[in-house]
Amino acid sequence: MIFAFDIIILVFLVVAALISLNVKDLLSASMIYGIYGFLICLLWAEMGAVDVAFTEASVGAGVSTVLLVATVFNTRRRSSD
Amino acid sequence: MLSKVFATIAVAITGSILLYGVSDFPAFGDPHSPANAGVPGSESVSLYFIEESYKDTKVPNIVTSVLADYRGYDTMFETVVIFAAGMAIFAILRVVGNKEETAAKAAEEDSFTNGDHNRIIVGTTVRIVVPVIQLFALYVVAHGHHSPGGGFQGGVILGASFIIIALAENLNAALRRLSELNYVRLAAIGIFIYAAFGIMAQVLGSNFLDYGALQPIFMTDGPEMARSHSMLGVEIGVAFTVTAIMFAIYANLASRGQLVKGL
Repeated sequence: MIFAFDIIILVFLVVAALISLNVKDLLSASMIYGIYGFLICLLWAEMGAVDVAFTEASVGAGVSTVLLVATVFNTRRRSSD
Repeated sequence: MLSKVFATIAVAITGSILLYGVSDFPAFGDPHSPANAGVPGSESVSLYFIEESYKDTKVPNIVTSVLADYRGYDTMFETVVIFAAGMAIFAILRVVGNKEETAAKAAEEDSFTNGDHNRIIVGTTVRIVVPVIQLFALYVVAHGHHSPGGGFQGGVILGASFIIIALAENLNAALRRLSELNYVRLAAIGIFIYAAFGIMAQVLGSNFLDYGALQPIFMTDGPEMARSHSMLGVEIGVAFTVTAIMFAIYANLASRGQLVKGL
């Protein structure tokens, strides 16, 4: 546990979460969600849970961001009805 | 406006109660905390895993030995959950029919046949990087019981290597390497591999997923190494399913279930 490192990650984590919730553009929101996942991965690695951090890096920051972006590309602002 | 004020007050009160509760927590990483050591009268199992798992299984990574051996039944049905999620994606998104028309249209728009030079740099980079990613994924699976990693992580990385091909070129290029029929087969084979280890243990006269009974098959000195080898086996099964389902979810999401062209 490195206290300064913890504080930096946690501050960035809260900032990333707030931006991801508040930003209007869905594509930006999903990219910032990827940053959030990567920061959580750093936090877990720093707490010694390397396996969980590995999973978060591959699933949370990697594939789920791609899936969100794929979904955003297939949505439109107007309904086709 | 008023509801926002009330929501803020509620959040503030809940947050302060939670923060007050945190102050009673044991210190981070305290080996004598109730979560790690249990309370007198009902000792926790974590100390047993830390002290005995290497002697039981000869696997240095305690996380993997708990995940794939002591709680193997749990992990097997986690894999089934991933399989079921993939099947649900098929059921919701997959569109069958009208395929010749869309396939012809996609071939027309294929970036490499009509000379879209913007994609040359991305395409070449991906072609160089993908073998490295896949090799790393196989290392993560194969070395998962000695270092961080395992079937889930390795499978996701392997699936991501196919997704990156689909992103850089188009979905058809990735589907040429891992077709729809093959990834559905791969997903089912993964669970069969996992269940086969359990059933083999039953056939040899022990409990389901009791890998120590597989000693005559692996011809090891004791049941410990048989458990270690079986963990590698079930991790490979998990990696098969996760690879296939990760790519399947992307392929169906990106192409609206048509499996042509993609993003």
